[in-house]
Amino acid sequence: MNLRIFGDPILFQLGPVPVTETMVTSTAVTLVLIGLAVLMRHFVRSRAEHWLAVLAFLVVESFDNLVEEIIGQRHAVVATLSGSLFLFIAFCNIAGQLPGVHPATGSLATTSALAAVVFLSVPIAGIGANGWWGYFQHYFRPNPLLLPLHMISELSRTLALAVRLFGNIMSGHLVVGLLVALAGFLVPTPLMALDLLIGLLQAYIFAILSTVYIGAAISAGEE
Amino acid sequence: MTDQTIIAVVAMAGAALTMALGAIGAAIGESRIGAAAIDALARQPDEASSITRTLFVSLAMVESTAIFCLVIALILLFANPFTVVVGQ
Repeated sequence: MNLRIFGDPILFQLGPVPVTETMVTSTAVTLVLIGLAVLMRHFVRSRAEHWLAVLAFLVVESFDNLVEEIIGQRHAVVATLSGSLFLFIAFCNIAGQLPGVHPATGSLATTSALAAVVFLSVPIAGIGANGWWGYFQHYFRPNPLLLPLHMISELSRTLALAVRLFGNIMSGHLVVGLLVALAGFLVPTPLMALDLLIGLLQAYIFAILSTVYIGAAISAGEE
Repeated sequence: MTDQTIIAVVAMAGAALTMALGAIGAAIGESRIGAAAIDALARQPDEASSITRTLFVSLAMVESTAIFCLVIALILLFANPFTVVVGQ
């Protein structure tokens, strides 16, 4: 029975760096995504009627529309960030359904890194859109007394992003593992189907929430 | 009873209580969201896509409180900082 909740087994040492299973899975997912992107770019340039090119147009268009619906303007950088987050998390979650693969998002380290990316890109986007003064002014609105609450909210929503994704994916995997150990073959199949749904849903929610946070930072100076 | 036994018993009871109370809150919240979404869908079937998207996002956000409880319960059970791991 392979029940893993916290921690990560070290597969091998690469010089002084221990390489864990999560690092291998997430690197593999990244390579698959980069390969797909390069392939799609090739088809978009040479044969635009090929189904891969159409799929690429469809994906990019839907991310652009999503960002436009949420933050009210077309924003290529935000669409790129949230689209990459969605694709990476979705592929990691689905890769967890392969036999023997532990999903990379089922490790608190991966989800914390993703949440840290969002945490850092919020002030970067805000300062880029409103300038230093315009962005940091919003911490003192509507009242300077609310400054600690603003800071706590930024930290707690980052923590919530990380723990939500980790908890959902890890618990889904854990339930399937427990059922395999207790009941055996074919019994956990419905829960694995639920896992697929939850994995895509959590990727979607991660992307939506990061877009909402970045959109709020971009429109911070417009009051 | 040794100290470790007491810690294990309290940790198990705490994990069970955490999960029970967390599940109650999330269940009430999710049922209210679902009822409101069905109500809105019945009134405005044209807005189905927008309502469904908001429904899923809010369901997941409410469910995350239950997930936090689950993580706390699992920490209590499997990664308790006060238990001494035998054999390491």
